Amino acid sequence: MDFTEVPVSDQGKGKKKKNKKTKKQKVSEEGEARGDDIDTKDGVKMERTEPVTVFPPTFSVSEIKNKQRRHLMFMKLKQDKRKQKIMLKKKKKKEREALGDKAPPKEVPKTIENQRVYDETTVDPDDEEVKFDEETDEFAAYFNRLTNPKVLITTSDRPRGRTVRFCEQLATVIPNAHVYYRRGLALKRIIPQCIARDFTYLMVINEDRKMPNGLVLCHLPDGPTAHFKVSSVRLRKEIKRRGKDPTAHHPEVILNNFSTRLGHSIGRLFAALFPQDPHFVGRQVATFHNQRDFIFFRFHRYIFKNEKKVGIRELGPRFTLKLRSLQKGTFDSKFGEYEWVLKRHEMDSCRRKFQL
Amino acid sequence: PAAVMSVMDAWLGAETGLLKGVSVSRKQAVNFSSSSCLDRAQEVRALSWAGPGETELLVGSADGLVRTFSAEKGTFTSSRRCGEPHEGCFSGLHALGSALVTCTEKGAVRVWKEHSDVPVTEVRAGEHVHRMRQSPVAPHRVATGGKETPVKIWDLENPDKPMFTAKNLRDTWLDLRQPHWVRDMAFIPGTDRLVSCTGYHQVHVYDPSSPQRRPVLEAVFGEYPLTALSLPVDGHTVAVANTQGQMALLDLRKGLVCGVLKGASGSVRALQCHMTLPLIASCGLDRHLRIHSLQDRKLQHKV
Repeated sequence: MDFTEVPVSDQGKGKKKKNKKTKKQKVSEEGEARGDDIDTKDGVKMERTEPVTVFPPTFSVSEIKNKQRRHLMFMKLKQDKRKQKIMLKKKKKKEREALGDKAPPKEVPKTIENQRVYDETTVDPDDEEVKFDEETDEFAAYFNRLTNPKVLITTSDRPRGRTVRFCEQLATVIPNAHVYYRRGLALKRIIPQCIARDFTYLMVINEDRKMPNGLVLCHLPDGPTAHFKVSSVRLRKEIKRRGKDPTAHHPEVILNNFSTRLGHSIGRLFAALFPQDPHFVGRQVATFHNQRDFIFFRFHRYIFKNEKKVGIRELGPRFTLKLRSLQKGTFDSKFGEYEWVLKRHEMDSCRRKFQL
Repeated sequence: PAAVMSVMDAWLGAETGLLKGVSVSRKQAVNFSSSSCLDRAQEVRALSWAGPGETELLVGSADGLVRTFSAEKGTFTSSRRCGEPHEGCFSGLHALGSALVTCTEKGAVRVWKEHSDVPVTEVRAGEHVHRMRQSPVAPHRVATGGKETPVKIWDLENPDKPMFTAKNLRDTWLDLRQPHWVRDMAFIPGTDRLVSCTGYHQVHVYDPSSPQRRPVLEAVFGEYPLTALSLPVDGHTVAVANTQGQMALLDLRKGLVCGVLKGASGSVRALQCHMTLPLIASCGLDRHLRIHSLQDRKLQHKV
């Protein structure tokens, strides 16, 4: 290549016609040279891998050097692919219609949820042992209507920004909730005072760089304590198409997909946050939806438009929780006994295994 | 929950007062009490073998009842009252010939003869006794220990004075007293040494035959309180478990971790090694019984 370029620069100072000619020549020369090169290369390769030779010159769009041309070709490629896909779909649909009733049933897409590894502790609703266990656990007083929930919401020390607003909005969602400033107090000291004042829940929201990132939910007087990771918090202001502010009516609670024994305990923990008799006049509903071990919280107001249609309007806030640990007894991170701890890498080595 | 192992099968006591027999080969747990008469007050606190050749099981429940369960017949044969509920739950229960040794959390070690309601001997082992264990070689020798109560070895035939009382650790370099919290202990068979694990994640080995009353070896495992301990057959390792469900084998000669047993996801309440085979069973708050092999440290069974 160097050799062919050198004469061009020499000649290209005044004689344009010549220059063009030489260029043409050069190109042809180059082409020949390239062809030769390729041939030789092929020859070498052929010798090396004789039985597996596959050489339709593989053309890939990314090899085109001109950007505009590359883009054009790429768009064409994409269009072709799309056309093929649509054709295939149409063909399948026609076949289906032709077969009529005898058509094979539609395939259900494989998701990691419906491929879930069976958990031994999945609760059977008529298991007497579990029933007894749940009837006598720490939430028994609430479910036997002996106590009414009273929730204390506090934060980590010196809350800033969104955490404060998040606390305030949580307090409007949960009836009978009181927000207090932490004032640098230790949780272990707060707990006896809460018990003395008949609180049934202590909720601590931890923050990192002004963003809420942790939630400690401690059932009083004798546990259990759950520690959650909080993510994707959206406050009321940030929710599109939100309704008016919630009213003070007791909301209904929906708990979805808490199927294992651990899930049941977590579900009961959430259920006991809210008073037992919802005010249906308020038409408000709080949802804890568990999917792939993430718990999604949403707060809606619904309205029956007619017998079949229901309209919902989100009131906010919305957030996602992930269980980190469940501890027996009240908050004691050092000497408490853990019922369940999330062990990363050990537990999530199988993506189809879920704990809740 | 508490666990005792027999030949490849395990017996478990639950917090709800159930006694469960687990068949490992069939992967099933069978309840041996009627589920209609469940009571949280009858929470199983201690389990122990009694009678010749592991035929009877002693079940100590939280309200002070000791029930005898016949493993052959599969029924409870008798029950007797050993102590009042207000004296605390059982922290240890062992058979001594035909008699019974019980220990409550308030620290009363008592020997009960058959068919009598009055204890023959009574020993005060201090407040907050967390565990009492019996020596496998000399059954009349028991060890106790708990929160702020050092390890003591008692000879029940001579109950006036403990045979050995451990001394607390040396003060720190700031002259601060080290806290003391024994959670479990075991006699090392073949020697008269004793190994204990503490709530401050240490494992201590005491040697009553030497003049030193402080531990002769200290090992540290993890960051969370150790709850249970068990000695495998080979004699120079000890298996410990903590409140986060981490289990490990520690070498008793150098105090190093030999291997970790994975799988448990919650606090381990009881560990038990098999008498002859290299197997270890663990159970705890995560509602699973796990049996690990000690040789390759793999999880063998999970029920």
